[in-house]
Amino acid sequence: MHKESELRPPLILGDKTWHDITEDVCRPVESKANKWWWLAFSVSLAAFLWWVIAVSYTVGTGLGVWGLNKTVGWAWDITNFVWWVGIGHAGTLISAILLLFRQKWRLSINRSAEAMTIFAVICAASFIVSHMGRPWVAYWPLPLPNQFGSLWVNFNSPLLWDVFAISTYFTVSLLFWYSGLIPDFAVIRDRANTKWRKRIYTILSFGWVGTAKNWQRFEEVSLVLAGLSTPLVLSVHSVVSMDFATSIVPGWHTTIFPPYFVAGAIFSGFAMVQTLLIIVRKVLTLEDYITIYHIDMMNRVILITGSIVGVAYITEFFIAWYSGVEYEQYAFINRATGPYWWAYWSMMTCNVITPQLFWSKKLRESVFATFIISIFVNVGMWFERFVIIVTSLHRDYLPSSWTMYSPTWVEAGIFIGSIGLFFTCFLIFVRVFPVIAMS
Amino acid sequence: MSAHNKKFVYGIFNDDQVVLNAIPALRSKGLKVKDVISPFPIHGLDDVLGLERTRISIACFLFGMTGCGLALLMTGYMNIFDWPMDIGGKPSFAFYKNLPAFIPVTFESTVLLAAHGMVITFLLRSKLLPGVEPNVIHPRMSDDQFVMAVQINDDSEIANVESQLRAAGAIETKK
Repeated sequence: MHKESELRPPLILGDKTWHDITEDVCRPVESKANKWWWLAFSVSLAAFLWWVIAVSYTVGTGLGVWGLNKTVGWAWDITNFVWWVGIGHAGTLISAILLLFRQKWRLSINRSAEAMTIFAVICAASFIVSHMGRPWVAYWPLPLPNQFGSLWVNFNSPLLWDVFAISTYFTVSLLFWYSGLIPDFAVIRDRANTKWRKRIYTILSFGWVGTAKNWQRFEEVSLVLAGLSTPLVLSVHSVVSMDFATSIVPGWHTTIFPPYFVAGAIFSGFAMVQTLLIIVRKVLTLEDYITIYHIDMMNRVILITGSIVGVAYITEFFIAWYSGVEYEQYAFINRATGPYWWAYWSMMTCNVITPQLFWSKKLRESVFATFIISIFVNVGMWFERFVIIVTSLHRDYLPSSWTMYSPTWVEAGIFIGSIGLFFTCFLIFVRVFPVIAMS
Repeated sequence: MSAHNKKFVYGIFNDDQVVLNAIPALRSKGLKVKDVISPFPIHGLDDVLGLERTRISIACFLFGMTGCGLALLMTGYMNIFDWPMDIGGKPSFAFYKNLPAFIPVTFESTVLLAAHGMVITFLLRSKLLPGVEPNVIHPRMSDDQFVMAVQINDDSEIANVESQLRAAGAIETKK
């Protein structure tokens, strides 16, 4: 408790007492929002309203309002879905895998990363529901007895695996997040000086009192949940990748997809954590808790996963050539030099070249550089999914069906709107919930 | 601390190490130290208090096995026994032949039930539910103070217990 390592930099700066930590973390919840918060919240809410309009128009009119056609039947919807699910991976990775590896630096960032996971998965799920076109039948993929001639769901289908993987991932992440929040809600409850705040946080904290037995169970539950979430987080993006890999579309039918998707998910997730936390630590003045050391550690994860993704891109290309399969070879040549070459080279630049800058310690420790590179990675990972989905579909086996795809304002609205939804949720979170785990 | 007919004297401490050292010292003088309420888990407190290991991970394992079993029954019943389908040239002939395709769903169901079962067990066993009124002994017991609960048989012991708690390092005592 009172020992400090001489080898590693301290995780919290400024020699804080326990009470100082409580004060600092509770401050954003107990004080009024500043004008920057209101500005950000208004912009996010406005973007979210565009989402509401675009989704209502899609549901009311039909999927024909999107830019899809018979050849390209999946485009921005699934691109955005995979992008959001990928972003959601960092939260569970930070809270579960880093807990098992005893990486203590996770404690400053795990709460907000877990919140980010929850909101990102909500955004992802919104694309699944809206791309069905008829959201009122969204319960059809569930294994329920039904009136369609006792026809059950097909458990051989990767799309059904996805239903199970995403819903399990969402609810288990929610449990992990909420069970960790209970003692911290109790902190705010015990400090509350207004009637309503006391009442709300009493309900949220479930009547938590930190007795020895409660803490013992709490720690065991956290550890076991981490153990369960670790294979879960690896399985989710593996299953997402199998939506593609088990099909016979050139460019999709690849055995390296599961590990390649998981690495990409962690890569993009950490980039999004960086983008958000660099803003949060500034706006909420939490620089003593989310330190340059944390930023450096996360940048190392971005560097290693970015390099894995780079190797995966090159491996794909090599195997396409080495396989001798004409269709496969064409799919990759077409990606790099076809009509969507700009998407491919945006992806290559953002995902393979920019993270290599993190070999420099100076850049890893620069808040500004990290922020810029994290944006590049977010953009690059979006293009990765666009390249995989659209360039593989738009020219496959039958040249007479070859065509181009471009989105309409409705798809753009749903995408921008989902970013609005994400930030709206996150901004409410930083005002209502303790953003750093205190206990 | 659950039974209402028991009486307690509470010592408020401001250092976890002092609490850990005080427990065996007070117990050797005949005080019944029953519990410690702390703002964060104290390492080694379970051993000092003599708490048994929690069996919640065993419950989790059993829930997981249940989830695994139910998923195997569900996939087998629905896709092999009740209504076998031949989709995309991938027929459902026999359970063992289709088992590889059922593994993702089985795995997810195992995790789903294990995690939910364990957390619900934890909440019920620790009596944590929305609407439960907490027993707040000290307003800073979730911030930076530690509360030690000592059980007493009747009020005549209070003065003695209070002075012992103070001697052991308590900054404050409460009935």
